[in-house]
Amino acid sequence: MSAGAASDQTALKVDNLHVSFGNPRRGSLIRAVDGVSFSVRKGEIFGVIGESGSGKSTLGRCLVGLLSPSGGDVLHDGIDPFKFSRRELNRHRRKYQIVSQDPNAAFDPRMTILQSICEPLNIAGEGTRAERREKAFAMLDRVSLSAEMANRYPHEISGGQKQRANIARALMLDPNVIVCDEVVAALDVSIQADMLNLFARLQEQFGLTYVFISHDLRVVSHISDRVAVMYFGKIVEVGPAHAVIETPLHPYTEALRSAEPEINPAAAGARKRIILQGEIPSAITPPSGCRFHTRCPRVRDICRTQEPRQRELLPGRHVACHFAEEMLGEKERRSLDLAGRGGAHQGATATQGADMM
Amino acid sequence: MQQLAETTTASQDTLLDIQNLTLSLRDQSGWVEVLNNVSFSVKPKEILGVVGESGCGKSMTALSILRLLPPRDSRLGGKIMFGGQNLVSCSESQMNRIRGRHISMIFQEPMSALDPVFTVGYQIEETLRRHFRLDRKEATERAVAALDSVGIASPRHVATLYPMNLSGGMRQRVMIAMALVCEPRLLIADEPTTALDVTIQAQIMDLLLGLADRTGTAIMFITHNLGLVAQSCHRMVTMYAGQVVEGGPVRGVIAGPRHPYTAGLLHSIPDSNRARGTLPSIAGRVPSLRHMPKGCRFGPRCSYSTQPCELPQSIENEGIEDVDRREVRCNRWEELELRGVGA
Repeated sequence: MSAGAASDQTALKVDNLHVSFGNPRRGSLIRAVDGVSFSVRKGEIFGVIGESGSGKSTLGRCLVGLLSPSGGDVLHDGIDPFKFSRRELNRHRRKYQIVSQDPNAAFDPRMTILQSICEPLNIAGEGTRAERREKAFAMLDRVSLSAEMANRYPHEISGGQKQRANIARALMLDPNVIVCDEVVAALDVSIQADMLNLFARLQEQFGLTYVFISHDLRVVSHISDRVAVMYFGKIVEVGPAHAVIETPLHPYTEALRSAEPEINPAAAGARKRIILQGEIPSAITPPSGCRFHTRCPRVRDICRTQEPRQRELLPGRHVACHFAEEMLGEKERRSLDLAGRGGAHQGATATQGADMM
Repeated sequence: MQQLAETTTASQDTLLDIQNLTLSLRDQSGWVEVLNNVSFSVKPKEILGVVGESGCGKSMTALSILRLLPPRDSRLGGKIMFGGQNLVSCSESQMNRIRGRHISMIFQEPMSALDPVFTVGYQIEETLRRHFRLDRKEATERAVAALDSVGIASPRHVATLYPMNLSGGMRQRVMIAMALVCEPRLLIADEPTTALDVTIQAQIMDLLLGLADRTGTAIMFITHNLGLVAQSCHRMVTMYAGQVVEGGPVRGVIAGPRHPYTAGLLHSIPDSNRARGTLPSIAGRVPSLRHMPKGCRFGPRCSYSTQPCELPQSIENEGIEDVDRREVRCNRWEELELRGVGA
């Protein structure tokens, strides 16, 4: 997050990014991403959590150059890809790949898996036919798909296998950054676990940088180093994954955490349940002040009129809420009440935060 | 259709009693068995969770109970006892009196379950007028009251809207209103919150459980989300490849699963309290219906599998029943020490 991070270490930098759709003259302007800033270091896994309508997918598409920003900057390794000509942009974004949610929609039903996986190389004009095939088979092996899958058609393989092939295809052009947009949402739990393991392994093998977008708190916190929580086009909280999940400092993060069903009966009993009222408001007429105020259990007068500023509360932890300091105080008191153990934990969280910088 | 002896062992306090249910479906290449000897029961006011991966037969069991499968291309065997009747041998007109009145169902995707060309109010009225002698006006009033009870802000207005005018969460509320308007004794909820965001999921679950409690409705809750089961169900049943592999009180099963499949499902969920690292996963996938393993159906994916698991006689027939009404379909359950979640 900090500007002090060496630029040669930063893979992605997003500065006050805005992406809007629609026509302001007709009063139908939708600010899907509204002033988002963060940076992702090389080799880092950066998680983005949010509900539908929070703008997380729009953000993902903009990060790889599929959408142009309406304001602010996206810097790839210090370069602004949107300054390029169309042709240069197409060449440039080979190194910035996206894997999307629905593997069933990601493949041409009339092409075999091998043809689909070779396609990026065909378009880029890299290598001979034999080299492309060889690379495709190597990549299938990397994602644990057997070579016999290569000549099958998409309808002949399962959803999990398709998602693996999807990842193999994204890896074909040796990308620097991969944006994973809800890549495990459509899969069963046991396959989901397999897939998360695969992502972690590939990250080590290829030194990849991921932006991991999901609505699933468990998934994101499991795989990510740092996470950003989005609500209605804005980042409400950023920080080290474990710290954000364990001690949320924004009421929305806290509510998300509490809405996640708990398996462990002991932990479920100890936790306070917050059930948010209402739904995500209309995108055309966003609420005034803090955008979360219509659903926030801690809402007060100031929230309706004034938009909270994002500030750094603990090292590496940025929160945009008027009462974040208050929440931090509560959490600290509670952990002090839990005596030594809680205090040690708080300390560990803070150091972890500092390490991430 | 296979008919078993008429002796009903179900006691008075069982609402739904499924005994040795089998289901075969026909496609281009012939008949294939989808459910094999499925037995479980639901008590009045009980909330039963049914878990398993996709393709395990959870939804097929639900559709069998309501007899919503194509009659020409499906064959049911065994018994589904509900209110003294065997639903397997009920006529279509008998089923029409049960569906929506005594047993109702909520589907995963509310948009495809609602009719796009009628207002939601009309669709709720239709359910009511089918089962009760009501005139339009009374039916409208009750439909509005039903929408009000599911927490819809201006029910009289919403009743005049079409499904496309509503958000996903609102549509699912309408589905719940429709399913509970006749105060059925059993509600089958098939992945009712899977298509919704987590914060909306929490609202809907809260609402569903609260309403069911008020009307005394039992729920058969089909889901792949073990967290939801742990949070809201009394008992649970794990299904795998068309069979019930484990059943028992939720707390007991989660703290100490007896079947390796249940244990595998429990551990493959990322847990923020656990250190990051490799997640234990279940290798392979659900076998195809036409190529079922001969012995234990989970055998090829099971890390505890040994020789006895390959023997057909060992697992096919018997489940084991023990102390706290737990059942398990694994020959080796006594030797295995499977780790659960929590104490």
